[in-house]
Amino acid sequence: MFDDRSPIYLQIADGIKNDVLSGALKEDDQVMSTNQYAAFYRINPATAAKGFAQLVDEGVLYKRRGIGMFVSPDAPAKLRAERRQRFFTDVVEPMLDEAKRVGIGVDEITSYLGSRP
Amino acid sequence: MIEVRGVTIRYGRTVAVDDVDLTLPADTIYGLLGRNGSGKTSLLSALACYRKPTTGTVLVDGEEAFENPRIARRTSFIRDTLDVQDGYRVSAAFCLTESLRPGWDAEYAGKLADVLQLDTRKRISALSRGQRSVLGVILGLATRAPLTILDEPYLGMDAVARTLFYRELLADYLAHPRTIILSTHLIEEVAELFERIIIMDRGRILLHDETDALRGRGVTVTGPAERVTAFAHGHTVLGEQSLAGVRALTLDGPLDPDEIARGERDGLAFGPLGLQDLFVHLTSQPLEATR
Repeated sequence: MFDDRSPIYLQIADGIKNDVLSGALKEDDQVMSTNQYAAFYRINPATAAKGFAQLVDEGVLYKRRGIGMFVSPDAPAKLRAERRQRFFTDVVEPMLDEAKRVGIGVDEITSYLGSRP
Repeated sequence: MIEVRGVTIRYGRTVAVDDVDLTLPADTIYGLLGRNGSGKTSLLSALACYRKPTTGTVLVDGEEAFENPRIARRTSFIRDTLDVQDGYRVSAAFCLTESLRPGWDAEYAGKLADVLQLDTRKRISALSRGQRSVLGVILGLATRAPLTILDEPYLGMDAVARTLFYRELLADYLAHPRTIILSTHLIEEVAELFERIIIMDRGRILLHDETDALRGRGVTVTGPAERVTAFAHGHTVLGEQSLAGVRALTLDGPLDPDEIARGERDGLAFGPLGLQDLFVHLTSQPLEATR
């Protein structure tokens, strides 16, 4: 589930963000408690708590005292905007670098994209 | 909370623990790592009130630990000798522990024996190495001591038994938070349970940090020798390899993302280092390099 090559709390936060983006978690849905999450994924609860705290800090989750944590109403839109912003630098630029290395021109890429059903 | 202050343990001329200071907040799962002979068991014996340090003190909740019955009652130390007579049956070992330990949960011990498939009618002398370890683990967990110390408790246990043990340890910790210190060589299979990791090397504490902070701390940089060398300037180098103009360095990071991006534009390749590899790099340095 997790690898030990980057902090697990960041992997937890990324996993939940992906669930929000994909719609698996919807606005105002309750997420697992840190203890449930720790038991389910077999990790230390302090690590899980740090992942959730990060998401609260970023405004992806909000807390209801004594009840639990929930997906913020504006989280899907906010996350989508962030990912859209990073799409060209994180996804397209590395692709263009690779295309350049192997001698594929931009026209070839556009014609490939245009020919897709 | 456990406070280790200036603890040194000597056996004759051998220094097993060398002037160690350590503060361990309560209700946390600690992993104690170190090579054979690094002083883990000696340090744990001092934490468990089993051994008086040659110099220095161990305070548990502010009280001197050694020969302190109040603290001894609240501490469970599981080591390979088991501290139970060989002629006893497993069930008798359970009863004995129950009579000595206020926190003992007989029902939970029975459940663990079922899950870990330990026949409680067997005599301890008839148990295999792995079964002895399972007995130790059950005594350690079912005692529910506020300070539970498990010194390489998995010896001889197969992968299935170890997995079941880790699962039970975490589940019971979630239900009954307490301080658990587990020493191990099997870092990768158990690291996710540790909130903090302590690495010992030659009697000293080499490192004490959140486990998560160590993930991604080590970084490998590979590329043309000159550029790699220039990039590594100002970083601690943990390991190196060179072949035909290509150099690979292992650095003690973590590195700044901007720094990595700059390096990548310069034709360098970066890779993260797993916990096991980081541990090996940190504890395989020659003596001069770490002192």
